[in-house]
Amino acid sequence: MTDPIVSVMGVNKTFGGTIEALVDVNLDFEPGIIYGLLGPNGAGKTTLIRVLTTLLKPDSGSARVAGVDVISDPVTARTRLGLAGQFAAVDDYLTGRENVEMVGRLYNLSRTDAARRADEVLERIHLTDAAERPVRTYSGGMRRRLDLAASMIGRPQVLFLDEPTTGIDPRSRVDVWDLIEDLVADGTTILLTTQYLDEADQLAARVGVIDEGRLITEGTPEELKDKLGGSVVELTVDDDTRTRTMDTLRSVNGDEPVYDAGSKRISLPAPDGSATLIQVVRALDDAGIAPGDLSLRKPTLDDVFMTLTGHVAEDTNKSPQRGRRGRQPERNPQ
Amino acid sequence: MTTTVTRTRMSPGHAIKDTWVITKRNLLRNVRLPQLLLFATIQPVMFLLLFNYVFGGALGQSLPPAANGQYINWIVPGLLVQVATFGSGQTALGLTEDLSKGVIDRFRSLPMARSAVLAGRTLADAIRNGFVITLMLAVGFVIGFRWQTSLFGMLGAMLVAMMFAYALSWVMASIGLAVKNPEAAQSAVFLPVFPLVFASSVFVPTQTMPDWLRSFADVQPITVTANALRGLILGRDALLPTQSVSGQVWAAIAWAAGIFVVFAPLAVRQYRRITD
Repeated sequence: MTDPIVSVMGVNKTFGGTIEALVDVNLDFEPGIIYGLLGPNGAGKTTLIRVLTTLLKPDSGSARVAGVDVISDPVTARTRLGLAGQFAAVDDYLTGRENVEMVGRLYNLSRTDAARRADEVLERIHLTDAAERPVRTYSGGMRRRLDLAASMIGRPQVLFLDEPTTGIDPRSRVDVWDLIEDLVADGTTILLTTQYLDEADQLAARVGVIDEGRLITEGTPEELKDKLGGSVVELTVDDDTRTRTMDTLRSVNGDEPVYDAGSKRISLPAPDGSATLIQVVRALDDAGIAPGDLSLRKPTLDDVFMTLTGHVAEDTNKSPQRGRRGRQPERNPQ
Repeated sequence: MTTTVTRTRMSPGHAIKDTWVITKRNLLRNVRLPQLLLFATIQPVMFLLLFNYVFGGALGQSLPPAANGQYINWIVPGLLVQVATFGSGQTALGLTEDLSKGVIDRFRSLPMARSAVLAGRTLADAIRNGFVITLMLAVGFVIGFRWQTSLFGMLGAMLVAMMFAYALSWVMASIGLAVKNPEAAQSAVFLPVFPLVFASSVFVPTQTMPDWLRSFADVQPITVTANALRGLILGRDALLPTQSVSGQVWAAIAWAAGIFVVFAPLAVRQYRRITD
């Protein structure tokens, strides 16, 4: 295996002496992939990005990006990384071109190199036509793309994107996805954070699940799904029969059923696919329980998250649509 | 941390280039949003007109003879200091805005000179201040202000005012980095500045103030700087018998240098330590 391009070893960070933002985080991954860091708000995703981009020193542990120790040699590390933070850090009163050229100059490109690279990246994010307009006339999606352009103008080896699609409309979201996939095809390595399970599933070659500052599991989306043993039986029942249903399901194959209060759905790992489904139907029938809705489906990262953390990735109280998993993002939690 | 830090040093040329890139960015904002500059200019001009026409008649009699019986001659040097003081507050506002929008995070993740963000901010604000001062002087000239010494005295006065503004910019940078949020910066900056400007010789001579206030007003940097400007613009007679022009000018320069020496390293230190 090639040397990891990003490696984090035993990183801890506590804020104000009490809030554990990162707890013994270890992870590494190889160059040329998208690594997805998945977790709810406040899980520690941004803190880890801040450590890796030299903005924050951890209390202990070490981290390397593109062969450079970000803690002991931040100056060199900065020449090899790019950051697009949670808010598009672009200047409203400058034009799109002036924004990216300025960042290019600060990456130490000469004036002519900065101008040439600006042309390239603006072309790439499809903003050439709007390049001479002040950014305050841009839409939210355009600002995000411009911010991405600025982060990649210095040809960084590793790009850190903190929630690159939070707060933008679904169409722009797909544009940003395409752009990210494009960049990786060109050999850039990307670490992105997301609260959207479908986003990690769609983009990332490897996923780390982070919750309350701890990296709780890691692997390819497939590996994570395999941990659940393949498919999932999902059903709904009346509130009064729920406890009895849970007990019945527990007896089917010894696996623990999970109830999601948001969608009011109960799910159970189905290692044997339709055979498990038939067992479930029999057991429910024997117990005299009539489910409202019953289906067998492939597991998603939602299930992984549910199983690992006991709660959903997003706030339960504001995602009544949790059963549906399309490309549409859930409402922006901000 | 126990790790040894292998600091890769930046060349001075690199730092100068970065400072210029940041300065240009900050100045462009004023060019692209001319209303910013307009509002920054209207306020001092309004002060100038109000003070001259409302108070001028009543106050004209009690002024030192050097003012040539014209309140406008007395108030213009004072207002130069007031404009410089208020103008420096922009440093705090600009910095906190950049902080809250994530621009500072972006800068801190780039391989640029650490000093450039603050140096570029204060330099841009100094240039902007110079512009506002010049404009205010032009309006003053139209409504009757005349320097009583020489053009060199006038230019020297502008230079002292800008030095004072530049030094104050670093105080404001430090305040901005401490409060971090633009709304908080607004009050953190202007609350202390208002009483300082009024309890000084900016608008009226300090002789008529109660003793306890006067003992403070006479020695604080805004009065010292206003005195230096009056000495340079109006001549020796604008000052108290115990004061000399060069004495006041050196005292003003010493204040500016002192403020800079204390607050520039402090602000740089705060900048290096920003976390969340």
